[in-house]
Formats: sequence, structure tokens, C-alpha cells
Amino acid sequence: MSAKKAKKRNILITGISGNLGRILARRLHRDHKVIGVDMRPFKNGPKDITVHHADLRKKRCEDIFRRTRIDAVVHLGLLHNPLLRADEHHSFNIDGTMKVLDYCARYKVPKLVLLSAANIYGARPANPTYLTEDAPLKAGLQYPEIRDLIEVDMLAQSFFWKHSEIETVILRPVFIVGPNMKNAATRYLRLPVIPTLLGFNPMLQLIHEEDVLEAIVLALSEGAKGIFNIVGPGAVPLSEIISELGKKSVPVPHPLAYGIAKRLWRWKLLRLPASELDFVRYICMVDGSRANDILSFKPRYDLRDSIRSVLME
Amino acid sequence: MADEGSGSILDKLRYWWDTPIEKIFDKQLASLTTELNDYNYDDFGFSPEWVKRSLLFAALIYRYYFRVELYGAANLPQGRAVLVSNHSGQIPIDGAMISTGLLLEGDPPRALRSMVERWVPTLPFVSELMPRLGQVLGAPENARGLLEREEALLVFPEGVRGINKTFKKRYQLAEFGSGFMRLALETNAPIVPVAVIGAEEQFPSLANMTKIGKLFGAPGLPLLPQLLVPVLGWAPLPVKYRIHIGEAIRFTGDANDEDIIIEEKVKAVRERVQQMINYGLGSRRNIFW
Repeated sequence: MSAKKAKKRNILITGISGNLGRILARRLHRDHKVIGVDMRPFKNGPKDITVHHADLRKKRCEDIFRRTRIDAVVHLGLLHNPLLRADEHHSFNIDGTMKVLDYCARYKVPKLVLLSAANIYGARPANPTYLTEDAPLKAGLQYPEIRDLIEVDMLAQSFFWKHSEIETVILRPVFIVGPNMKNAATRYLRLPVIPTLLGFNPMLQLIHEEDVLEAIVLALSEGAKGIFNIVGPGAVPLSEIISELGKKSVPVPHPLAYGIAKRLWRWKLLRLPASELDFVRYICMVDGSRANDILSFKPRYDLRDSIRSVLME
Repeated sequence: MADEGSGSILDKLRYWWDTPIEKIFDKQLASLTTELNDYNYDDFGFSPEWVKRSLLFAALIYRYYFRVELYGAANLPQGRAVLVSNHSGQIPIDGAMISTGLLLEGDPPRALRSMVERWVPTLPFVSELMPRLGQVLGAPENARGLLEREEALLVFPEGVRGINKTFKKRYQLAEFGSGFMRLALETNAPIVPVAVIGAEEQFPSLANMTKIGKLFGAPGLPLLPQLLVPVLGWAPLPVKYRIHIGEAIRFTGDANDEDIIIEEKVKAVRERVQQMINYGLGSRRNIFW
């Protein structure tokens, strides 16, 4: 897919005030007209970006589609915060996504890119080393908190089949790291001392935020559609990541670790449910060859630079 | 490594002490062709450093406990291959000895890859050790991935049927699964038959109490009289292993052919392995030396 000087398009980004949304907007606004939707304020952004402070679920959001011709939607407006009430979380993610899909269909938006994630396959002992895009999304078996993110992915999948006239792209990147990222993976790796599970040292895949932006840009190019795992420069054991970051780890026997995490989570002292510990116990690695073959996606950051970017806040 | 097989036990021990172990294994490991990343792991978590550390232990057992003789190492072709071996001895020492042999005496040395059961990743420490030594979870995707990366994959198509054999049925191959054949056809990999002589006698089993084993979630439970001898009997008998690597066989055809066609090919491999076992049994002097 050659990067022809594409014509200026109107690109709508949901969740533009998020960490990834902000850097994506900066990346796109020079070549395209960027329109944002978010309930959170969009601070210090470029002047030529219009941001609507609207809830995806409310009618105000539909007005944006009605008044402006939208050429592409990048749907980043998803919540990944297990601390929120489950019904609020579910409503924001599911109802919000359904509205976005609905507007795309009704206002004939030719391109939709959804940023899903590779962790929805789940870290499970019986996982083959590399999961391809057709592997079942089993993370919900471990912890129900992730189920609405699986459901969002599935909604987009069925949308893909129902609306063949719209180029729908679902991207499932591995753990995103980088100076702007504040997610479960970066928070874990930024701990002063990193707890690990004694006797477990799974291979992990990380990807630099800039490489994710590159994948989104490729997904926006004409003709691209389908589901793609987005993989960074390779995989290394957790212990190597920790020592590359110059940190110490504290190995905890896993029955004890799950017990402690369960209590801390119940008292809301931990942002993640205990079952997320499975991600540092079993592998959840994905095969990125489809994105390589079809989107010509290749990560630019190498393994060492991707890992080190965790600490470049 | 050829000259050190001769001489008395003392000479052999001296060889081990005199020659820095690091150096021996660096030579072996330097010739591995597996592609490694910046941190010296391959895509599946294989690590030559870990292999080197474990190889010391494995090599001592190989040389001085089972005194393995390896024949036909040169038959292993370069690049991808599926090694098909008989499976025996109640615990899978045979796999470790074949792998150790081809790493120590292979020309060039090869690190075989093999598959483990699905519950192995749930075990602490073991779950880390296995991938570092080149073992991956037994899934078709993994086998395909390894062969596409030009690795040599060791499989035991008899599975537990083979390893749990009773003494009465020693050296009679159990039924072969056919997955390996479809895999070899799909990836266009040659099949290398392997016969292990000796392992059948390391833990003679009078009966396989499958039903009782199933109660504990195990595929079988062998009745091993030697376990009644405290401590000493708990180790496998110090039988002599003889490993024969046969000439590679290439099969052509559709990996998705009907069972009957695939089973014909599987039968050919099974017969070849059985022939090699019979030959190996005929030419061995004694179980223990």
C-alpha cells in the first residue's frame, strides 16, 4: 500500500482526549481534517482540530455526522477501567460502540477503524505460542471485567459482514507502551519493584505507541479491511524486560499472589482484578503476519527501544 | 567428541574436568542455526544459554549413566525434519537422550524441538524451563511454526500407549497417531525414523493399571516392582541406551487426504521404525553393556 499523497479526509476520532487519541490527532491533523469526540477536555491540542464534548450515546453526537461529511472513523472511545461500576462500563463501551456503528451505516462513512486489543484472546495455559486472528476470544473465561471489550470486537466483526460497503478494520495490538501510555502494562512496568510469579516467566510482546499509530494510519488507507493482530518487534521473557528497565523483581508464589491480589482488588487498593495476573503467568502472544502481508505493517522501533520507552514518561 | 568415548571411566572423568565445560558446549551451540533476537531468545522462548546450563547435567547422564551409543547422526538432514521415534520406559528419558545425543554428537549439532502436554505450562519452574530448552506446547500451530523456521521436531506417535507399555510388550510398537504425517506433508518436511534400544528395560512394568491411574487424572499407572527397593530402585535401571537414527524418508501427497491414504504412509513409517528396533535388538550384546 503505497503512501500516495492521499486527499484530505475528514477523520473523526472518538476518545480523542485519551493518551493514544491525543498523539493520533497530532499525527493526522497535518494531512487531514481531524474531528474529535470526547467527554473529557482536549487540552493543548493543535488549533485546527475541532473537538466536540459529547457523549457517544447522546443525540448531540449524531449531529456531528449529520452536519459534516465524515470520511473515516477511528473508534478509540472505549473504557478499560475495571474500577468503574460494571453497568456504567458496559453501557459506555457497548452502547457507545453500537451508536458509532449505527452512525457509520446511516451516514455512509466509508471507513471504520476499531482499536481492539490482543489481550482479549486471554492468557491461557493451552494457548499455542502464536494466536492467529481466527483464534477464539477467551479472556472472558478468566475475568468477566473484560467481556464488554470482547463484545465490542464482536460487534465490529458482525458489522464488517453486514456492511460490506464500509471498510471495517479491527486492530488487535499487543501491550502498547511508550512515553504517553498509562495502561495496565505500563503501570505494572513502572512500579519501583515489580512483583512476579515465582517459577513463571512468560514471553511477552510489547509495541511502541508510534508503531500503533503507524498501524492505524495503514488501516485508514484505501482498500484495507479485516481483522489484524498488531505485533511489535518480537517477544522476550518478562524477566528480560524487567532487567532491561533496570528494575528489581520480587517473585511471589502464585497461590499467595492470587490471594493477595484478590483481597486488594476487593478493597479497591488494586486497579486490576486478580485474574489479570494470568498475563504474567501464561502466554498470550499473537501472530502478526497477516498485518505484515496485507497492510505491509512493520514496527519501526526495535525490541530494546520499545522496552525502554516504558520509562520515558 | 569422538576421542573421549575410549578409555577407562577415570579417563572419561578427567576429560570432563580437564576440558572446561563452557568451551565444549560453546562449540556445540555456536553451530546452531536458530534465529535469535537481541536478547538471545528465539520466537518460541528457546535460549542457548539455558541449553548450555542444562546440557552439563544431561551430558553426564548421557555419558555415564546410560552410556548412550548414537548411530547414524549424519542421517539427520539439514533444515526442517520430523524425527519419529518409539517411546518407552515409563518416564520420557528417551526424548532427552535423543536430544542430548544430537546436540553433543550431531554433525552439525542440532537442538531438537519437541512438544509437551497442555498442563505443563501450569507448573511453576517447569513452565519456564521447557520453552527455554526448545519444548513447546503440543499444538499443531506450534509444530507448523517450528518446521517453517527450519527446526527439527522430535515426535512420539505412540504417545502414552508407548511409554506405558508393560515389559511383556517391550519393543512392540503400539499404534501410531497420524498427526505427524499430516504435519510432514503440509510442511514438506522429511521424516527421520529413530529407534531407541534400552529404554524399555529401565523400568520394567508388570501391568498398566489404567483405571486406577485415571482416578488420579493420569493416563495410566504402571506396576513397577523395582520401586519396592528403597531409594536405589526409584531410579531407572542403568541400562545401556543405543539410539539409531535412520535415513530420512520423504512423502508427498495432500495433507488433507482421507484417513486411509494417510494411514498407509503412517504404516510405512511404523514398519521402518520396527525394522530398526529389530535390527538394534539383534545387534546388541547385553541390556547393561
